[in-house]
Amino acid sequence: MHGRKRNAASKPEEDAASAAEALELRLLQSQFMSNHHQKIYTKEAIQLSAKLQEINPEAYTAWNYRKLAVEYNLDSADPSLVNSILDKELEVVENALKRNLKSYGAWYHRKWVLSKGQCSSLDKELQLLNKYQKLDDEIKKNLVLRNFHLWNYRRFVVELTKTSEQDELQHTTDMINDNFSNYSAWHNRSVLLSSLVAKKADGFMPKETIRREFDYVHNAIFTEEDDQSGWFYYLWLLDQTVKMETPLRASPWPSDGSNIILSGPGCFNGSSSKFTTYCSESGSFPLILYFDQAVSGVSSSTVTIDSELKSNEDLVWEPVPEKNSQVSCVWVARLKFDRTEPVKVKVSLGKSRGIVSSTGCNLITPYEFVFTVHIDDTVGESQEGIISWTDGFDSWDAQSSKDLNSLITLDQLEVDTGFEWRKQAIKIEIEQFRKLPDSKFGKLNLAKLLMAEETMISDDDAVKGVHYKEILQLYNDLMALDSWHDQYYKDEHSVALLRKVTSSTESLTRHLFRNRNMNSIVCLRLNNLTLSRIAALEKLLFVQMLDLSHNELHSAEGLEAMQLLCCLNLSHNRIKSFSALHSLRHLKQLRVLDVSHNHIGCKHPVDTTRYLCSSSFSNSGETGRKVPSKYRDTYLVLRDLMKLKQFDIRGNDLIAGEEFSSFVRQVVPTLVWLDGNKLAS
Amino acid sequence: MIDLPPYPPLDPSNYYLIVVGTGVSESVSAAAASSSGSSVLHLDPNPFYGSHFASLSLPDLTSFLHSNSVSPHPPPPSSPPILPSNSHELISVDLVHRSLYSSVEISSFDSEILEEHSRRFNVDLCGPRVVFCADESINLMLKSGANNYVEFKSIDASFVGDSSGELRNVPDSRAAIFKSKSLTLLEKNLLMKFFKLVQSQLAESDDTTTTTVKISEEDMESPFVDFLAKMRLPPNIKSIILYAIAMLDYDQDNMETCRHLLKTKEGIDRLALYIKSMGRFSNALGALIYPIYGQGELPQAFCRRAAVKGCIYVLRMPITALLLDKETGDYKGVRLASGQEIFSQKLILDPCINVGLESLSSLTDQQNETLRVLVPKAMINKEKIARGICVIRGSVKSDISNALIVYPPKSLFPEQLTAIRVLQLGSGVAVCPADMHVLYFSILCENDDQGIKALLSAMSNLIRLPVPESDSSVENDTCEAKPLLLWRALYVQELVKGEFGGTISSMPSADGSLNYKETVESAVKVSKAI
Repeated sequence: MHGRKRNAASKPEEDAASAAEALELRLLQSQFMSNHHQKIYTKEAIQLSAKLQEINPEAYTAWNYRKLAVEYNLDSADPSLVNSILDKELEVVENALKRNLKSYGAWYHRKWVLSKGQCSSLDKELQLLNKYQKLDDEIKKNLVLRNFHLWNYRRFVVELTKTSEQDELQHTTDMINDNFSNYSAWHNRSVLLSSLVAKKADGFMPKETIRREFDYVHNAIFTEEDDQSGWFYYLWLLDQTVKMETPLRASPWPSDGSNIILSGPGCFNGSSSKFTTYCSESGSFPLILYFDQAVSGVSSSTVTIDSELKSNEDLVWEPVPEKNSQVSCVWVARLKFDRTEPVKVKVSLGKSRGIVSSTGCNLITPYEFVFTVHIDDTVGESQEGIISWTDGFDSWDAQSSKDLNSLITLDQLEVDTGFEWRKQAIKIEIEQFRKLPDSKFGKLNLAKLLMAEETMISDDDAVKGVHYKEILQLYNDLMALDSWHDQYYKDEHSVALLRKVTSSTESLTRHLFRNRNMNSIVCLRLNNLTLSRIAALEKLLFVQMLDLSHNELHSAEGLEAMQLLCCLNLSHNRIKSFSALHSLRHLKQLRVLDVSHNHIGCKHPVDTTRYLCSSSFSNSGETGRKVPSKYRDTYLVLRDLMKLKQFDIRGNDLIAGEEFSSFVRQVVPTLVWLDGNKLAS
Repeated sequence: MIDLPPYPPLDPSNYYLIVVGTGVSESVSAAAASSSGSSVLHLDPNPFYGSHFASLSLPDLTSFLHSNSVSPHPPPPSSPPILPSNSHELISVDLVHRSLYSSVEISSFDSEILEEHSRRFNVDLCGPRVVFCADESINLMLKSGANNYVEFKSIDASFVGDSSGELRNVPDSRAAIFKSKSLTLLEKNLLMKFFKLVQSQLAESDDTTTTTVKISEEDMESPFVDFLAKMRLPPNIKSIILYAIAMLDYDQDNMETCRHLLKTKEGIDRLALYIKSMGRFSNALGALIYPIYGQGELPQAFCRRAAVKGCIYVLRMPITALLLDKETGDYKGVRLASGQEIFSQKLILDPCINVGLESLSSLTDQQNETLRVLVPKAMINKEKIARGICVIRGSVKSDISNALIVYPPKSLFPEQLTAIRVLQLGSGVAVCPADMHVLYFSILCENDDQGIKALLSAMSNLIRLPVPESDSSVENDTCEAKPLLLWRALYVQELVKGEFGGTISSMPSADGSLNYKETVESAVKVSKAI
């Protein structure tokens, strides 16, 4: 590891020597232990422990003994001797570090000694660190450069000595100039710069700092493009460029100026053809806020509702997917309605402060949107037939596109002051990396930069979408070039593709259909697109019927944001287990779910996706139902789908025998169709 | 020269090998022969070690150059060429001294200061010269133990210069490429890729198991300059690699004037030497090192090594004649200036020692054959090297004391056919007083004028010539920044090739290269043969 060669097998004479050493060590240790137990803190006893530590710096008991001894001696010593006692301790630590530079005990002891208040020699500490970090020996040097003990201790000393962050920044520059393959130095640099920029220190305004750092890290990237430490820093910088001083953007459902039609229980057979129809059975409808950065503080005090609807003053805003989490991109509240005539609803954010993004952006400018709720009380018969994913689709009519436009744009909540410099910075970067075409890192980076620019220009109809073709081609190239990481490229490709699809009404309408069987409900068909990941959900909040079949999805992660979803087709994907479908349990409106022809039930020794999801036990307690352990994951997904009528799980590795279907029926009493067969009631 | 009491006769008077001259090649040969157990007598006509590789004080250097330069006067009429030897079986052939230097011009601009410090200078005759850490000479020193007598210091930086006077760092390592401000990002990328290619090529030659050859055989035989172009390296990087890393002399892009077109294979070897040098010693910053107290320390170290092994040293002892067997014409011995005759089986001579042409006419064929290597050859296309030494106040680059500067061909003026190398050394290597630096210049040339002109051009690029007080108003700011010249020597040295002739060998003169590669190689060759 780290370029160190394994030692050759020891020779007999070496064995003998090490046996003698061990004997000596054992003797020393027993002497030391008896001193320790009898609390002997004489000079000789302390010297003995020093000797022990020189041989074995990992002897924790010995370090603790020394601490006791120091305390004891400090109590009795006269003040003039304090320094010499502590100096002696530093010396012991130094000797121990000579033996092992990575000894936790030794470094902790040193910190402890310094915290005893001996500040006179603090400058020496930095010098010592510099000495270690500039060791001549090549192999040792590589060890030391990356030694986190040293870096940690350095930060500790810097804090004690109140060394300026500018000086520390210069130190990272020196280290990097010496050898730029130094993650620790780059990382420390990013930490220091973040702090300096946040403090608005002189000469560290975001604009010039970012530009300066880009220019600096270019040297590393272009000198050796295969060295990842520079890229590591670069990606951090790019992230900063996109996010720094960036205002929040949000998209609500229902969107501003929209008319939504709420229809009763038999909504699927109603006559309305507006795609803003929403089927409401429980006398309420969801109000969804999607932010492009995770935010906290969405509550009835920060979001106010102004309407004639009663009892909506204390709306409960819940983050999706996790109820208990403090920050989320998606927040949902359920608005009750009790009227039969159209009602205007005005929603305002930011009147009082409290909505804060995870990057520290505070929403202060008020933002509001208005929509009208209509009631369609035609009572149709409730839908009983099976929903087919293969027929009944009508192509999209262009006249609805007008409404669509407002759905797929994100509203900027505040003025973007840094927009121009950030755009400029990205532009310069794109130009730079076009010069480095034949490297995989270069291509990946170019794709990321183009994507960043695309996000920035998404409001400009004239140029938006220009980069997608190139981005997709870059990821295709990368998949061929670097098959080792092709899953990653595939995911990024999917993200880019979905962003492309949702970038304009034109491209989106190509995938929009109406389903005749479902009251001409809007259906988004994203099938056969080799998608492996779902993205761009902020623009798809209105979708109620979604076809993701014949893709390469491994999980349903992300779909929880689509709170209106009632029909979902995930058939012919690569989903391997029910825990990969975990996010679906947040989709309370789901009526039709097709997960056929996946790989659910594969006996994998370790189901890795499960550990990414929240603990399954914590949520499963309340029913007291006895769930066979092999169906537990199934149960956790299905039990919350209170409206599920149609469920298809054919063609999976799971043996869907009689036992399983009866289990499913038990969990989902509303189920009418299972695997294409009507269930006997 | 000061008159010294005559030497007592040498005893013994019979050796396996006599070496005359204490230059690097001669000293290496003497050390090699004595460490293999042979009896060796090592003579030098000068009162110091090193001959043409010596490091001297300014007055000594001046007098050495003058006394070894082509004098305008005809040589004094010599005594009859062939004298009967004391012994009847031998004939003696008189030797003539060949002058290696011409166009010697030494000027002092601040005699007072120099006078004051005159003994604190150790100025090389063969400068600019440095040692690569991975040099054969270093290996030889380590092997022979001569390293015990010399200490080296690292050359801090190397630069490429041009007519604008700007000195740009030579990006010779990963860190240097990273830090370089003169390269564009794309150039950094290309250069590093090229270095990596060379390194993988080197790694492969060590490891025969891998079958993939990075550089094709065809490319290896093609000119290096073409290969660099094939690697898409832009001209400025090409010139850095060719002249500041591979240390070439001739303009590789000009077929007419280029006397030595380097093949890729040789180019890679030269880069390999540089790359291996970079990491060889942990306390050396770069690839190049310089011996403290000057290059003269090197031959001296080998001489000391030889002395430890039993070699006998006599300085201030010229030889005047060779002794040959009358019948067979075989070499038998030499006659010293003291008149004593010393015998040996083999003889190695300084490149200055020749046989007069007129002596040859009266010799038999066998005798002529023996003396073959000592006959001056009429050389066509004679190559010379113009050298310059400047003592300056201040440094050509602030903060940097020891530095190498290369002016690639055509970088100073269009007619510049070969690269000019400049080496600045400071008091850190104990060659001059603290606030001064010694600068060495060299360029290969065809005639004296051409060489001197190029040297002066490089000097004016780096140094400010002292001007009379009245002219001071003319000086502008850029002039002000340049260091002031205190002392200057210009001379042109002939390049004499060594020759191995069985019993008698003639060693080469200090060559035009920056290091001792060829010098040491020839010495090793001769030693092996002996």
